[in-house]
This record gives sequence, structure tokens and C-alpha cells, in this order.
Amino acid sequence: MTMAPIAPEKTTVMVQLGLEDGWLTVCELGRLTPGRGVAALLPDGRQAAVFLDRSGRVHAIDNTDPFTGASVLSRGLLGSQRGRPFVASPLLKQRFDLETGRCLDDDEVAVQAYTVRAA
Amino acid sequence: MATDTALPTLVLIGHGMVGQRFLEGAAERGITDTHRVVVLCEEPRPAYDRVHLTSYFSGTTPEELSMTDMEFIERHGIELYVGDPAVVVDREARIVHARSGLKVAYDTVVLATGSYPFVPPVPGKDATGCFVYRTIEDLYAIEEYAKNNATVGAVVGGGLLGLEAAGALQGLGLATHIVEFAPRLMPVQVDEGGGAALLKTITGMGLDVHTGVGTQEIVVDAEGRVSGMKLSDGSELATGLVVFSAGVRPRDQLARDMGLAVGERGGITVDEQCRTSDPDVYAIGECALAADGRVYGLVAPGYEMALTAADAIASGTGLSSFTGADLSTKLKLLGVDVASFGDAHGASEGCLDVVYSDSRSGTYKKLVIGSEGELLGGILVGDAEAYGTLRALTGTVPPVAPESLVLPAGAGGPAQLGPDALPAEAVICSCHNVTKGEICEHTTLPEVKKCTKAGTGCGSCVKLIGQLLPKSGDDGLCGCFRHTRQELYEIVRVKRITSFARLLDEHGREEARGGEGCEVCKPTVGSVIASLAPSIGADGYVLEGEQAALQDTNDHFLANLQKNGSYSVVPRIPGGEITPEKLIVIGEVARDFGLYTKITGGQRIDLFGARVDQLPGIWARLVDAGFESGHAYGKALRTVKSCVGQTWCRYGVQDSVRMAIDLELRYRGLRSPHKLKSAVSGCARECAEAQSKDFGVIATAAGWNLYVGGNGGMTPRHADLLAQDLSDAELIRMIDRFLMFYIRTADRLERTSVWLERIEGGLDHVRDVVVHDSLGICDELEALMRDHVAHYRDEWSETINDPERLARFVSFVNAPDTPDPTVRFVPERDQIKPELPLIPLEGLAVR
Ligand code: SRM
Ligand SMILES: Cc1cc2nc3c(=O)[nH]c(=O)nc-3n(C[C@H](O)[C@H](O)[C@H](O)COP(=O)(O)OP(=O)(O)OC[C@H]3O[C@@H](n4cnc5c(N)ncnc54)[C@H](O)[C@@H]3O)c2cc1C
Ligand code: SF4
Ligand code: FES
Repeated sequence: MTMAPIAPEKTTVMVQLGLEDGWLTVCELGRLTPGRGVAALLPDGRQAAVFLDRSGRVHAIDNTDPFTGASVLSRGLLGSQRGRPFVASPLLKQRFDLETGRCLDDDEVAVQAYTVRAA
Repeated sequence: MATDTALPTLVLIGHGMVGQRFLEGAAERGITDTHRVVVLCEEPRPAYDRVHLTSYFSGTTPEELSMTDMEFIERHGIELYVGDPAVVVDREARIVHARSGLKVAYDTVVLATGSYPFVPPVPGKDATGCFVYRTIEDLYAIEEYAKNNATVGAVVGGGLLGLEAAGALQGLGLATHIVEFAPRLMPVQVDEGGGAALLKTITGMGLDVHTGVGTQEIVVDAEGRVSGMKLSDGSELATGLVVFSAGVRPRDQLARDMGLAVGERGGITVDEQCRTSDPDVYAIGECALAADGRVYGLVAPGYEMALTAADAIASGTGLSSFTGADLSTKLKLLGVDVASFGDAHGASEGCLDVVYSDSRSGTYKKLVIGSEGELLGGILVGDAEAYGTLRALTGTVPPVAPESLVLPAGAGGPAQLGPDALPAEAVICSCHNVTKGEICEHTTLPEVKKCTKAGTGCGSCVKLIGQLLPKSGDDGLCGCFRHTRQELYEIVRVKRITSFARLLDEHGREEARGGEGCEVCKPTVGSVIASLAPSIGADGYVLEGEQAALQDTNDHFLANLQKNGSYSVVPRIPGGEITPEKLIVIGEVARDFGLYTKITGGQRIDLFGARVDQLPGIWARLVDAGFESGHAYGKALRTVKSCVGQTWCRYGVQDSVRMAIDLELRYRGLRSPHKLKSAVSGCARECAEAQSKDFGVIATAAGWNLYVGGNGGMTPRHADLLAQDLSDAELIRMIDRFLMFYIRTADRLERTSVWLERIEGGLDHVRDVVVHDSLGICDELEALMRDHVAHYRDEWSETINDPERLARFVSFVNAPDTPDPTVRFVPERDQIKPELPLIPLEGLAVR
């Protein structure tokens, strides 16, 4: 999921994930490096991978790589294809669309995409 | 899309390769719109690629083998019941009963039940440790049992599947026997000459082949486990595991129970439209006895039957018919190419053989030529390069003399006949019956696969398809840059560009500017900037600023990512020389952090199983003891191996250990297009294996010989001698120039071996540039290396001394003290190994 661009300089801005029961604050926006991700632990034990792209937009998808079962998607490289950002799994390099969670290399596979905002 | 029960119901029994092809054909013909389609699938997973089953042992996952697109199933409203076989088909009431109790009233039934492995009725055949080789579950069971209970394995049957199974057992680390009743291996596909070539190569791989003997009894120990095998020649073979691969039999029991006609030797009798003796019941694939009286054990004829049946069901008449098929196959068994096509055994009247055989190399080629000079078929063992072309030429008179088609190039045979010579109606993909003309309507392989299905069966035609497609004419690095790596290197160097974003926005493809780049160009540009850093004014620390976002995860965390998300740590041990104190430190660190330790193939020690948050603590201890990064994670210098050399060895003529250490310290941290490896041997006996390295050094009485372009790995290459009898200083100057010239001109991920073969003029050109300075750039190359050496800093000591850089080494940004609970280990041989998560089969909804 994606939200509108915001200015990454304002370090007091917090990154928040939309969960079933409200917003979970993950970290300050300043902790994110454009083009990379971090992992966040959710209250129920799941993990989200949170990314900042070059234009300052924040994205979040599930952190578990469905091809290997390892919790590593946050450590992949960000890229974009026809303007849409994706992350390439660091293990076997399958790419996942950051807005929908769909795997770009295998139509059958998708990971959950989270709503995320910087507020 | 049809789930309306008012529609006629079609039940497909068996969801294997052919069943799945039938569903696709049915959807294409609109049957899924006019029928409710119900699929009963016995196995615990939907259709998968049985042909490539064995690739499971080389790392292909069951998910990757899957042939079933769940989205396709859903889109066409197909009801798929996984793990629920049909048990009874009541033809009177027209109801299919499944094991779960599900009842489906049908109008049409399609049987695609495949075959089962034949197990000869020998005593002991059901003992613990006896297996067959047909399903993913079989492989799981074999793998599990081999791991804990056997060091020797035996395969009963030396046919196609037997050889695959034997290769798998050998891959699992078992000493492997093959027992074949016939006098040669693969008796069905190859003739005596081919069998001999195959035998030679397979024995050479360390497999024990016993031909002309039968299995009489499986010997069982007190616990009921396999312990050996008695053979018909009176000998006994000790083995802890047996795989039966003695052929397959059609699964026709359900059809027999239904009262349908079956063949004398099994197989459900069908007509040319694949109809059984009941016109509402069809049978396709390996369970069917085709109208030509044969049961086909290959996937291509099965696919043809699937489409024939779909045609008949869609139109009610015989639009197409299945009257038999070509049994051509090409396989890579245990790494040996084996192919047979057309009338391989020369059964046609008046035909002649053209044979080429070279038992030294294990090559055997036979072509069968008809009385009119037309190519009828053939057998290729050891070298099946020409298979695609020859198969496509079958039935025609080849445009060149047949002997030139089998002779190796350079042995009197003119250049191999290229795909250009094929007529448009030549069948290129026999699995899907696709001709050259149909393929040439497309321009890319993915498009060909999608539109014609060619290449999606056994895969043996893919290479030929590649040769038929137009060259793309775009050798850009990736979707973001139209330039090659070399061109980007020059742009970065000349324009002194130190930022990826700037390079992308100014020099990227129009459509990629302003974007993120991708996983290909980011690390490539990161590496180019790093190797030019001192001379273009960039920061040499690979994680500085924007550079951090360009690195692959390995470089980002300065460690090697392992399959469960943990990392391995490799401290540099220059030349492989290490003091007892340092060895003790490594041991203590590994013990205190609970890491798995292993001596690598690069003369150093790898510590596995570190969580990302443990890396700084581990490195604090290592740096403190004087270790630094070994760059096992980087496209950079890895190791310079050494032999003990003159100091200790009675043959040594130079101090190879000292030279190895000097070289390793000089080039450590050098970022390059691919990894760089080196070794130094103290004399011509070459104990350090220098000739398999990117740059290798061998001592001579007068100095050093420098070899370049060696490679181990997938395509080994012996290094070439670049210069002889060099002094220490000359040697280093030569290597400086060589490496910098390589870094400047190589492609992304191109080892020196490949680069040396590709670059125009090859070794001679490189020697001209590096030794004779023909381009006048040697001063510049040397200056670049001097810069590198002067600016080298250890990445790990920089990292642990900088709190900001350390902040990234946490499992969770919102819970920095919580370790990642999904990184788990279990014990093995007194150490740890990853406990891998079970991957749920995504979307496997059982309706
Ligand atoms: C650890 C080690 C195996 C071992 O336990 O001994 C190893 C492990 C890996 N090797 Fe290797 N190779 C290791 C020595 C070798 C050697 C032997 C040598 O260096 O003398 C070779 C053959 C020599 C050569 O490279 O020419 C070797 C040829 C490869 C190749 C094939 C390269 C090629 O050109 O074909 C790859 C794949 C690649 O790089 O694309 C590879 C890739 C890998 C990777 C990086 C695969 C991966 O992406 O996970 C492994 C990860 C290392 C890790 O996680 O720490 N490894 N690998 C060895 C580390 C040596 C070291 O101390 O740095
Ligand atoms: C290791 C191996 C390598 C091979 N290599 C090649 C090769 O290189 N080239 C080649 O052409 N062929 C090869 N084959 C053969 C190829 O796999 C088969 O020809 C092909 O799978 C046949 O497809 P099928 O759908 O007829 O049968 P299968 O793929 O066997 O599918 C039949 C399915 O029906 C199910 N079934 C049976 N009874 C019932 C029931 N009552 N209710 C519900 N389901 C039922 C079975 O469980 C099975 O899943 C290989 C086979 C193996 C095992
Ligand atoms: S290469 Fe030569 S010097 Fe080195 S160990 Fe072998 S025999 Fe001795
Ligand atoms: S020949 Fe088998 S996929 Fe083309």
C-alpha cells in the first residue's frame, strides 16, 4: 500500500502501520534510508517490511519471503518498473510489488500489503 | 466460468501433467463455460512437473515444480479437490465417488490416472528402505531415509528413470549401484554402441553398474530393514536402500472396476479420439492404450491425447485424432546428454546407419538413413548438441552429407548445420508440436512460451528456440540503463559521478529516470563507484550515504545471508596462515555465540548462524583480536591461497606463503565486476592450485610465473600463462595492471575466465595491453591501484566504531532488543543447523 509523498527531512514524523485494530507506530521516518527497508515486529508476532522510496513514499508488505519462508524481505533491494516500486528478495531475487504485495515473477504468489502512513 | 449445476458435469480423475494440460485445453475450447468441471486429485498437491522431479535434489522446491496456476483454476470455475482420489465410478447411476465421501453426478468422465512404478515380485521388496521414484512424496521419503540410515544405495533398473534415481542417490552422498537386467543401460532408447558409451561415462562418475543380472532377493536385517541384495549371478551386494525403477504400468484398476475394456498387458483401450469403450468416458496420458496399440510413457504424447480429448468433448466429433506419436527424447542423465529420435533402432526396411563413436570421450552418434537418403532417426550419447536440428530434419533429406552431421567439427565434419537450414514446418518443440514457422512469429522466449507453449514441456528445445529468435540488439545492463557495465564505468570515471541517482537521472533509459533503479544496476553501479572511489572523490566506505542503498544485502550487512535469514561471518586469514592465538579466538567467538564452524574451500574459517543483531558483537571480538573483513560477501578479492612453500617443503623454490600474504593484503577490499581469487604455489607441483584462479602465481627458480583467467566453479578453466620469471616487483606491477584493466572492461558478473574468452583479441590482446602497454594506459592503471591500496580501510572496524552505522544491525526497528524468533536452529553433528520454516502451499484451497 502506498500513501502520498511527504518530506523525509522532518525527523519527528513517525511511520505507522494500519492494522485491524488501529495504527501501530513503527519508528521515526528518519530511521529509514531511501531505497532500503527495515523490519517491524507486529503485536501478534507477524513481521512487516517497511520501505522508503526515493520520492519519499513509505510502503509496507509482509516480511516473510514466501519462496524460502525466511523473514528477509526488508533486506532486499528496492527497484522500480514502469514507475511502480518493488523489492527483490535478497535470497532468490523474486520481486514483489510494494503496493499490492504481488510477486512480479510468479502470478500465483503474493504477500500481504499493509496500509502505512507517516504522521 | 460455470458452477451452475444445471450444466453438464465433466469429472477429471487424476490431476497429473496430462490432466492439467487437458484442463488448459478444455478452457481454451470453452468447455469450462459449457460444463461444470470437477477435478479429483489423489496426490496432496495439484499437478506438478514430474519430468523435472529430480531437480528437487538440486534445490528446486516443490512449489517451483508446480504446474498449476490457482488463478487459472479459479477463473474458470474449476472445482479442484486435492488429496481426494476417485474410488468408485458407478456407470449405471453415472456417479463418481471420491474417498472423502464426495459424490459427483457426471455426464462425461476423463481418466488421467497416469501409471504406477512396477516393483518386481522379489522376496523382501516391501522391507523398510525400499522405495519407488514417482512422486514428490517418494523423494521426501528417500531423502529422509538416506540421511539417517544408509551409506550405500542400489537402483533396480538401468533405464531412463533408473539412471535419474541413481544420480539422485549419488547426490545424496550414497555409494550407488545400478542393477539392470538387460545387457546394456537404457535398453529402450539406445543401441549397443550407445549403451557402451553411456556405461563408460557413468562408471567414470563412480557409479557401479551391473548389467545382465537380475535382482533375486532383497536381504533384510533383524529389524526388517534392507541390508543387501542377492543377484542372479549368485553375488550379493551390500546396500542400505533400494529404489525400484523397473518400469511403469498404467493405472487402469479404476477402469477395470468400471468394466471398461483394457489391453491384454494393461492400459485403458481408447479410440483415435481417446474415447474408452464407454463413449462418455475418455482416457488420456500414461493410463491409456492408444489406438495404435501402444501405451506412451512420455509426456508429449500425453499432451497430444489431452488436446484430442478436449477437441472431441468440445465439438462432439473427432476434430483431431491421436494415432500415435514420436518417442523422441533428449535427457541429461547424470550430466550426460542422451537423445534418441525417430526410428532410432533402424527398424525401417532398407535403412542404413551412419555411426561415429569415440570411446575415449564417451561420445556415440548414430543416424538412421532411409533408402531415399532421408533422415529417419538416430541416437546421440555424450554430445547431443545437434538433437534439436536433427529431430526437426527427420523425414527430410538433409541438405548436407549425413556423415558430416555426426562428425565433430574439425574432424572432417563441416560446421554443424544451423537452425537457419530448417524448413518452416520443421517441428521444433515436440512436446507441444510447435513448428519453426510458429516460433518465428514471436521475438522473445517468454512470448514464445506464453503463446505457443513451446519450451514448457521437457525443455529440450529451449536452446534451439533461442537460436531462432532475433538478437535483441539491446545489450544494456538492465531495464534502467541502455549502457553496458564497461560504458557505465567510463561515464562514472570521466564525469566523476559519485551518485547512483545522478547517473540514473542523467544517463538512464528515458523511462527509468527519476525511478528507483533495480536490483541489477544498483549493486553494479555501487561496485563501479567503489572501485573508482579515490580517483573520483567518492567515499570508499561501501555503506556511506547513498552507497548503502545500492548494496546487496550481503554487502549491506557485511556478511553472507544464509537460507534461514541468518548470516555467516568470514574473517580474513591472509594466505591461509594463522597463529594458534587467532585460531583460539575464532573458536571462542564461535562457542560464545553458538555458531557453526567450517573450514572453507578458500583456506579460511566460516562461522555460520549469526543473527543480524549479533554481527556487531561478533566483530567487536574479532577486530579486537586483529581480524578484519574477509569480504566473503563482496564482489571483491576473496582469498589468496598458498602452499607451504620453500620454508618447509623440500621442493619449494620461493616463499609462496609470504607472496600470498602480500598479494592478499594488497588487493583486499578491491571491488570488481565479480569475485577475484588467487593462489601462490611454491613450485611446479602446484599444491595451491594457482592455475584455477583469476590470477595465479607459481614459483620458478628465477622468480614467478603469472597465470590469469583460471576458474573453478561451474565451468572450470585452466589459467593462461601471462608472463614468466618475474621478480617480486614485476609480478605485482603486472597484477596491478591486469586487475585494473579487467575491472575497467569486464561485464557485470563476468569472471576473468569469461572476460578473457570474450574480449576481442583474447589473451594476446590482454598481454599487449598489460605487458607491452600497447594502449598507453598502464600508468593510469597502476595509479588507480596505488589509490586503492592507499585508501583501503577495514569495513568492519569502521562499522563497529560508529554508532550510527551500527543502528541498522537490529532484527526489528521497533524492537531493537528482540531477536528474530523465526531464526531457529537444531543440533546436527555436535553443532547447529538452520531449522527451516515449513512453507505453506499458498492458495491450496480444497473445495
Ligand atoms: C564458504 C564456501 C564453501 C565452503 O564451505 O568451503 C563457499 C560458499 C559459497 N560460494 Fe563458493 N564457496 C567457497 C569456495 C569456493 C571455491 C573454492 C576456492 O575459492 O578455491 C570455488 C571454486 C573456485 C572459483 O571460484 O573459481 C567456489 C565457486 C563458487 C561459485 C562458482 C563461480 C564460477 O565462476 O563459476 C559460486 C557462484 C557465483 O559466484 O556466482 C559460488 C558462490 C558461493 C556462495 C556465495 C553462494 C551463495 O550465494 O550463497 C556461497 C556463500 C558463502 C557464505 O555464505 O559464506 N562459489 N566457491 C567457500 C568460501 C571460500 C572462502 O573462504 O571465501
Ligand atoms: C522421474 C521422472 C522423470 C521423467 N522424465 C521424463 C522425460 O524426461 N520426458 C518425458 O516425456 N517424460 C518423462 N517422465 C514421464 C512423465 O512424467 C509422464 O509421462 C507424465 O507425468 C504422464 O502424465 P499423466 O498425467 O498421464 O500421469 P501422472 O503425471 O502420473 O498423473 C496421474 C495422476 O493421477 C493420480 N491418480 C491416479 N489414480 C487416481 C484416482 N483414482 N483418483 C484421483 N487421482 C488419481 C495420480 O496420483 C497422479 O497424480 C518422467 C517421469 C518420472 C517419474
Ligand atoms: S607446490 Fe611445491 S613447494 Fe608447494 S607444497 Fe607443493 S611441492 Fe611443496
Ligand atoms: S520439446 Fe519438450 S518442451 Fe519443447
